[in-house]
Amino acid sequence: MALLEVRELEKHFGGLKAVSHLSFSVEENMIFSIIGPNGAGKTTLFNLLTNIYSPTSGSIFFDSKEITHLPPYRIARLGISRTFQNLQVFLNMNALENVMVGCHLRSKAGLISSALRLPSVIEEEKKVRQMALEALDFCGLAHVAHSPASSLPYGILKKLEIARSLAAKPRLLLMDEPAAGLNDTETAELCQLIRQIRDSGITVLLVEHNMSLVMEISQQILVLNYGQLLAQGTPEEVQKNQEVIAAYLGE
Amino acid sequence: MKRLSGFLLFSLLCLALPIFFPDNYYVTVVGLTVFVNITLAVSLNLLMGYAGQISLGHAAFFGLGAYSSAILTIKYGLNPWLAMLAGAIMVLVLSYVLSRPILKLKGHYLAMATLGLGIIVHIFFVQADELTGGPDGISGLPELSIFGFAINSDIRWYFVLCSYMLISVLFSLNLADSRAGRALSAVHGSEIAAQMMGIDTAKVKSHIFVFSALMACIAGSLFAHQQDFVSPESFSFFFSIELVTMVVLGGLGSTFGAIVGAFILSILPELLIVFEDFEVLIFGAILMIIMIFLPEGLFVALKNKVSETLAKSKEAV
Repeated sequence: MALLEVRELEKHFGGLKAVSHLSFSVEENMIFSIIGPNGAGKTTLFNLLTNIYSPTSGSIFFDSKEITHLPPYRIARLGISRTFQNLQVFLNMNALENVMVGCHLRSKAGLISSALRLPSVIEEEKKVRQMALEALDFCGLAHVAHSPASSLPYGILKKLEIARSLAAKPRLLLMDEPAAGLNDTETAELCQLIRQIRDSGITVLLVEHNMSLVMEISQQILVLNYGQLLAQGTPEEVQKNQEVIAAYLGE
Repeated sequence: MKRLSGFLLFSLLCLALPIFFPDNYYVTVVGLTVFVNITLAVSLNLLMGYAGQISLGHAAFFGLGAYSSAILTIKYGLNPWLAMLAGAIMVLVLSYVLSRPILKLKGHYLAMATLGLGIIVHIFFVQADELTGGPDGISGLPELSIFGFAINSDIRWYFVLCSYMLISVLFSLNLADSRAGRALSAVHGSEIAAQMMGIDTAKVKSHIFVFSALMACIAGSLFAHQQDFVSPESFSFFFSIELVTMVVLGGLGSTFGAIVGAFILSILPELLIVFEDFEVLIFGAILMIIMIFLPEGLFVALKNKVSETLAKSKEAV
C-alpha cells in the first residue's frame, strides 16, 4: 500500500471549492510534486493533510492508518513533518534551539523533570543537542547554530525550517514552496538537499512554482487546477499533457 | 557550571546580605516583600515570557494560597503545612479545570478572561465575609515551624522566603534550557509550527498555567504566615497588573529580567516616599521612561549591551 493515500478529498470555504474530488496516492521513497497555478489549492491541500484545516469530506490515510481527523501534533507523531510557505521559524530562539524543538518527538523529558533537571534530563539534553547539530550540518547550517533566528537571512531561515523538520526524523516531509525567494545558487543547493533527503529514506511531497526544479527532481507530478486534479504522471507525461499546457499558458 | 554562575552569584548575594546588615530595614523588612514579589514575577514569567500567554489574574492564585492557609488554620485548626498542601491541591484542581477553556483564547481575549478570573476571586474574598472576614480580612495565623524550629522573626522569615524564591528561580532557569522550556518557547514563537513538531500545544499551555499558579499559591501561603494577616487588598486586580509590569519591565522571557523588574517595583516606592504626594507620579514617569527607551526590558537591554560591547572588544583584539 502507498505511504500516503488521499480519497475523494473536499474542502469548501463557503461557496468556494478549494479542493474537490481529489484522490491520489504517494509511494514510499520518491519525490512527489504538486504544481498548479496560484490559487489552485496546493497549500490548502497541505493544510488538509496536516489537519490545520479539517476537510469538508473525504479521507486521508498515512501508512494505512486514517489520519483525516487527528490533531496536527498526532499526525506529526506518526511521522509527517512539514515546512511552511510563509516562514514559521521560532524567531525567539537561536538556530540550534529551533532544530532542538524538532527533536521533541525523539525525547521525553517532561515539565517537572526538566524543572528539577534530573540526571536523565541532562543526559537526554546532550543527545538532543547532538541530533540537532547533525540535522543542521545535513542542511549546511552548522556555522549559524548559535545565531539568533531573528538575525538570519531569508534563505537560511528556509533551510532552517527544513533542518527542524528533519530533526523529527519524519517518514514523509511536506515542503511548501521551498524555492520561493531563493536565488539561482541557493535553488541549486536546495535541489541537491531535497535529493539527499529522499536518499536518506524520507518521502518528499513538494509544492513548488519553480518548474525547472520540479521537472528535474520529481518522480511523479500532480497538477491541480481550481482544486481539481488536472493530470498526474512523470515529468515527461505532464509536460506533454495538452490540458496542463492550456491551464498554464491559457487557451 | 557556567549555566548557573549567575544564579550562584545571586544566591550568595541574597544569603550574605542579612549577615552583613542584620538590622537594616531594607534587608529584613522590605527584603521579605521583594522575595515574595520576585517569586511571583518569576512564576508569571513562565506563563507570559516563556509560553507567551498573558495573565492579568495571577494575584488570584497568590490570594487563594494565602486565604486557604488563613482559613484552614484559624477556622478549622489545621496544621499550617497541611493547610498549605490543601490550598495547593485546591489551586491545582481549579487552575487545571480553568486552563483548558481559558488558554484556548488568544491575545486580548485571553487578557480579558484572566482579568475576569482575578476580579471574581477578589470579589469572593471581599463578599464571602463569613469565610474570608470580608474587607477586614483575617488575622492571627499560627506560627509556621520547620521540624520544631519556629519561624518567628524577620531574619528567619528572610531565609525561608529567600530559599523559596531561589528554588523558584532555579526551576525557571532549568526550564529555560530544557525540552519542556523549548516547547513553551515554540508555542510562543509559532503555535502551528509547534504542533507540526509534535507538541500538544493545549497540554503544554495548560501544564505551565498550573505550574505557575501553584508557585504563586505556595508563595501566598508563606506570605499569609509571614504577615500574620490576609486581606483582599493584597490580591486585587491592581496587584496582578503590578506583577505583569514587573515581568515586562525587567524583560519578558528572562528569569533575571523578572527578578530585576520585581526588585525595582518593590524598592522604588520605598525610595520615593520622600517625595510624598508626588510619589506615584514619579513612579509612573520612571516606568514610562524605561519602557519608551528600553522596550525589551531593563535587564535584557543591559545584557544585550554588555554582550555587544564584549563582542566588539573581542573583534578589536
